[in-house]
Amino acid sequence: MSAQFTFSLSRFWAIVVKEFIQMRRDRITFGMMIGIPLIQLVLFGFAINADPKHLPTVVLMADYGPHGRTLLHAIRNSDYFEFVREVASEQEAEDVLVRGEAQFVVNIPQNFSRDMLRGERPAILIEADATDPAATSNAIGSLRVLMTTALQQDLRGPLAYIAGSDSPIELRVHARYNPDAITQYNIVPGLMGVVLTMTMVMITGLAITRERERGTMENLLSMPTRPFEVMIGKVLPYILVGYIQVVLILLASHLLFNVPVYGNIPMLFVSALVFIVANLAMGITFSTLAQNQLQAVQLSFFFFLPSLLLSGFMFPFRGMPQWAQSIGEVLPLTHFLRIVRGIMLKGNGIGEVMLQLWQIALFAAVVLTIGVKRYRRTLD
Amino acid sequence: MTQHRTGRDLVIDVRGMTKRFGQRLVVDHIGLQVGRGEIYGFLGPNGSGKTTFIRMLCGLLRADEGSGTCLGYDVIGQSEAIKAAVGYMTQRFSFYEDLSIAENLDFVGRMFGVADRRKTVERSLERLGLAGRRHQLAGQLSGGWKQRLALAACLIHQPRLLLLDEPTAGVDPKARREFWEQIHGLAADGLTFLITTHYMDEAERCHRLAYIAYGKLLADGTVADVIHQAGLTTWAVSGPNLHQLAIEIRRQPGVRQAVAFGDRLHVSSDDQDALEAAVTAFRASPYEWHQVDTGLEDVFIHLMQHSPDNFSS
Ligand SMILES: Nc1ncnc2c1ncn2[C@@H]1O[C@H](COP(=O)(O)OP(=O)(O)OP(=O)(O)O)[C@@H](O)[C@H]1O
Ligand SMILES: [Mg+2]
Repeated sequence: MSAQFTFSLSRFWAIVVKEFIQMRRDRITFGMMIGIPLIQLVLFGFAINADPKHLPTVVLMADYGPHGRTLLHAIRNSDYFEFVREVASEQEAEDVLVRGEAQFVVNIPQNFSRDMLRGERPAILIEADATDPAATSNAIGSLRVLMTTALQQDLRGPLAYIAGSDSPIELRVHARYNPDAITQYNIVPGLMGVVLTMTMVMITGLAITRERERGTMENLLSMPTRPFEVMIGKVLPYILVGYIQVVLILLASHLLFNVPVYGNIPMLFVSALVFIVANLAMGITFSTLAQNQLQAVQLSFFFFLPSLLLSGFMFPFRGMPQWAQSIGEVLPLTHFLRIVRGIMLKGNGIGEVMLQLWQIALFAAVVLTIGVKRYRRTLD
Repeated sequence: MTQHRTGRDLVIDVRGMTKRFGQRLVVDHIGLQVGRGEIYGFLGPNGSGKTTFIRMLCGLLRADEGSGTCLGYDVIGQSEAIKAAVGYMTQRFSFYEDLSIAENLDFVGRMFGVADRRKTVERSLERLGLAGRRHQLAGQLSGGWKQRLALAACLIHQPRLLLLDEPTAGVDPKARREFWEQIHGLAADGLTFLITTHYMDEAERCHRLAYIAYGKLLADGTVADVIHQAGLTTWAVSGPNLHQLAIEIRRQPGVRQAVAFGDRLHVSSDDQDALEAAVTAFRASPYEWHQVDTGLEDVFIHLMQHSPDNFSS
């Protein structure tokens, strides 16, 4: 008698095997699970990486010495910058940026040529409209090389001693309007979390409603099974699908976008497991709430949108108002983004990862408990 | 009208089973006793509550009222235990259409934790003549083959009670005959059946039967009991223009039921004298009359006409 009320490995496995077979036969869905990460990666990845050129640039010349002119010339000839005009004052430069007339203001300070020849490394201030940081980051990156190369032409012969030091000038970049400056390195790892959230929640969201719509639920309920066995059994096969997505994105971000991985890959996989389970649990819980498959899809979008907007993927997390941050802190994607970016870009270790991971695990546990409680064991 | 049968050998013994959907009383205090090894027919018009009653028996629907036992387990509180020992064949095919026949059987075997699953599945494929189609997807099977698969799946875990909800709907006569032979064979081995059907010939193959309409139990017992309880006298008449005759004879006092059976008309009434008077009035030549044994169908039509329709009120 008591055996009736304990977890049965056989029943659990029955569900797993069944779901695997059904997944294999459902070619379209399976294809989408592989296709979505690739499409998103290409769309987001290349859109970010599009490397915009000919960005409008104004120059504030406070020094008309020969070397300032060299720089101006170099900027005019580069692909990244489109020289619009000179501005006369700082106020004018400010206006130009605010209106969006130019993306960059290059300040060549007073006595620039003189200071450089004295070896004092004068500072050139670049003010960048970094509202869309993706648009500015490559241009800024190229600027240092551009200027140094240009000045090296000037600094030959007797002036070669100045070129010998690492750089004859100092470059100060002032990114305006977006201090958090997301780069494409930020986006591509983040995409892993976004893709998993989107696909994992939806696929299990359909899991139980599909049984109900096809009429197979009556049969399933007439067998002696525990809600937990059914739910976990339905989740397990999709963990594999989630892992396929993780591997795809990791490979693509390495091969297509050269995103470096500083941290520990196995740790990333373990974190991904917890994250995948959290999303699958969310989906299966939606599945117990929804009356039909359409509702299940709508519920998953209801979850996906805040995840996309409030997790720090779209907008810098610290830039959001407090209420939005509070919602964001609940969402698994927020913590997973921190983990992925941390591991891949900063080389975070287990300490930093655990700080985020337990919150995802807690989310999974709470959501799954709700799902098991909500799972209807009769047709009423 | 229910004869109370008691004893250890009752596989189903429930009283007062009641189910409401919102305001609607769909199953109205139905009691049922089914003995071990019995084939119990469950009949009634569409929407009378047969499926609902069966679902309550195996715990798929919560009964609003009622008590009793099923296979010795409490019908309300021990539905998990009941599920493990019952085979339920749903009215609508409810196995996985995107799984093959063998995969479906395998799934059921695993769900019930059947010992020696592979062999059991193999044997059941052979017994039902499905071995040649094992890899065919269930969704691609014809209606009759789907029924066979469903029955095979219900038997995998060797249940002691089978609840079959219209197992032969849409099945050809030969397959139906084979099906009933199989059922009788299994019943002889001690398996108990509760079967819903709309076919009279199948009702007559049952050891006992119950007839419900609008959620109420109207008659139960053996075929002979049910016919006897109704107390009907029936005359058969053949001749030209029976349709017109039926309309006229229904107007006669005490006669309300005139039902066409092929080229004959069955006229029945529970008032023997009134019926004879009516028959005498139409005795004239083109018609040929003789008294016949009242059949189950006459009884069921009678029962249905005389039970109040509590849904339309
Ligand atoms: N889940 C439900 N919610 C509301 N009403 C329901 C539900 N299930 C069944 N009913 C209603 O209960 C009544 C009895 O239905 P049930 O399926 O038990 O009839 P049945 O005797 O099996 O009919 P049939 O011979 O057509 O299979 C019907 O009127 C039906 O509309
Ligand atoms: Mg029915």
